[in-house]
Amino acid sequence: MKILVCISKTPDTTAKIAFTNNNTKFATDGVQWIINPYDEWYALVRAIELKEKDPSTTIHLVTVGLADADAIIRKALALGGDEAIRINADSHDSYYIAAQIAEVAKQGGYDLIFTGKETIDYNGSSIGGMIAELLDMPYISLATKFELNGVTAMVTREIEGGEETDEVNLPVVVSCQKGVAEQRIPNMKGIMGARTKPLKVNEPAAIESLTTVASFELPPAKAGVKLVPADNPAELVRLLHEEAKAF
Amino acid sequence: MSVLIFVDHADGHIKKSSLEALCYGAKVAELTGTSAVAILLGTVTEDLASLGKYGVKKVHQVNNEQLNHLDAQVYTKIIGETVASINATVVVFSNNVTGKAVAPRLSARLKAGLVAGAIALPDTSNGFTVKKTVFSGKAFANISLGTDIKIISVNPNSYPVTSGEGTAEVVALNVPVDAPKIKVSATTKSSGQVPLTEAEIVVSGGRGLKGPENWGMIEELAKLLGAATACSRPVADAHWRPHNEHVGQTGIAIAPNLYIAIGISGAIQHLAGVNRSKIIVVINKDPEAPFFKAADYGIVGDAFEVVPKIIEAVKKLKGVA
Ligand SMILES: Cc1cc2nc3c(=O)[nH]c(=O)nc-3n(C[C@H](O)[C@H](O)[C@H](O)COP(=O)(O)OP(=O)(O)OC[C@H]3O[C@@H](n4cnc5c(N)ncnc54)[C@H](O)[C@@H]3O)c2cc1C
Ligand SMILES: Nc1ncnc2c1ncn2[C@@H]1O[C@H](COP(=O)(O)O)[C@@H](O)[C@H]1O
Repeated sequence: MKILVCISKTPDTTAKIAFTNNNTKFATDGVQWIINPYDEWYALVRAIELKEKDPSTTIHLVTVGLADADAIIRKALALGGDEAIRINADSHDSYYIAAQIAEVAKQGGYDLIFTGKETIDYNGSSIGGMIAELLDMPYISLATKFELNGVTAMVTREIEGGEETDEVNLPVVVSCQKGVAEQRIPNMKGIMGARTKPLKVNEPAAIESLTTVASFELPPAKAGVKLVPADNPAELVRLLHEEAKAF
Repeated sequence: MSVLIFVDHADGHIKKSSLEALCYGAKVAELTGTSAVAILLGTVTEDLASLGKYGVKKVHQVNNEQLNHLDAQVYTKIIGETVASINATVVVFSNNVTGKAVAPRLSARLKAGLVAGAIALPDTSNGFTVKKTVFSGKAFANISLGTDIKIISVNPNSYPVTSGEGTAEVVALNVPVDAPKIKVSATTKSSGQVPLTEAEIVVSGGRGLKGPENWGMIEELAKLLGAATACSRPVADAHWRPHNEHVGQTGIAIAPNLYIAIGISGAIQHLAGVNRSKIIVVINKDPEAPFFKAADYGIVGDAFEVVPKIIEAVKKLKGVA
């Protein structure tokens, strides 16, 4: 069994969001970078759990990023995984990233490809589906549970107002979210071991980008809160009904 | 040339988020001087000709019950072939659970640029750019699409549904449907509840409510308002509420008309999932709670005293005993 886990680097969830270069670039000064939470807590941890059940499993991590992503990928290796591949390119085009990962996947012959549900910076929720199409594999998105039974995967996924459980034969691409696994903290042994795990750097394949970011903007500031005294909640209901026309 | 809109459905009914996509797509067709065409895979109870009132001229339907279950691979092939046969230059999805599975596949298949999470109509004054949310709702990006075919997934609740006159021509598409690789083995739905991502009003509770036994008033208020219920992450982590109610940066992102946050502090990760709500109401006993900075209306007070009084006032307003 071979699993590929897609790992991306994102700004810390509390990072200040600001832009430079005439609002065309994210201001990275002072920003702390983390493993995208969905990739770390759910996709990677579930892959590690599968390996714990079946030690013959191999886990590869892949990231599309420049050398500054190495710290992130080492951190992911400290949690688990056998080796990592970094594709040496910087892009925010989902198709470009997916096509690079699909090239790696074609070489690796993976049974299972995990991504996170979305990156918390670009919020595409797209890369898993694109990889699946490029590899002609089935895709199950927004998984909340993942079980393996031989070569059959039972995947529970989010639907509007509930959940659906799907049965699919490997190979498959799955995007993971809360429920698939529980967040873990790397231990000392993992951190030490990660230093010697292979981290291969591949040069990118020639792939065209389909989109570009023309500019960023911040939302307009709120006017300020209108407070209603605690002893008169009926007034809040009146305001919401008559002034805000919310119901 | 035309704009093709994908119409999604569940339990035999077209989803509200797809009506938004239809209206959005019809407007894009109007702006670009082309016509709007819809495609529906599977069967629904609604009369498809009536979708004309949202501005589409034609509805293509693949009348095959197998397609009532999503297999993104099967869907993508059919949609891709339809795009080619009707010469569509823009394809519109709702960025709902189905759109998130199908639109990226179609993008890769057609090498067509995708904007996932659009919140406004495209700007065609200089090329083709579409505004979408980034950084979990903390900012927006204008994405330029230079490809011949462009795909837009519109965030639920960001484009209004308006209807006028008109009937659409319904065309039965006779295309081969691949056998699905995905077999649906179970579906669970919280019955009678409004799905969170489609709800106009959301009533949400945090750790300030002390325990799951206190959610009765949250549910009662939600029911009175026809609202969905939600919660903060620690509440879901503690299993006070199901995890599909967890909103925020690592949960579900929502954009209702009204978000009522009760006993939630307003941490940046929570705000990331709710800050696109049109009106935010905060009820918190701590006047320093950060949520008040993001709120439109608020009450500084004890939820256990305030919420029952709100329920009373809403009952009076709605004329329920
Ligand atoms: C990487 C990361 C991702 C995260 N993602 C999310 C996410 O997606 N969603 C999310 O919600 N959180 C997320 N969090 C957690 C977030 O940082 C906060 O810890 C969390 O939102 C706090 O939940 P809370 O407001 O319910 O609880 P608390 O912060 O404990 O706040 C409880 C509030 O209730 C008030 N209160 C207490 N008693 C009463 C009363 N009787 N009446 C009225 N008010 C009362 C208190 O004044 C307080 O403001 C994330 C954190 C990290 C690090
Ligand atoms: N640069 C990247 N390198 C590797 N994997 C990525 C990268 N960007 C995104 N992914 C994966 O694709 C998922 C969805 O990302 P997105 O479509 O950008 O929201 C993420 O959760 C990651 O698992």
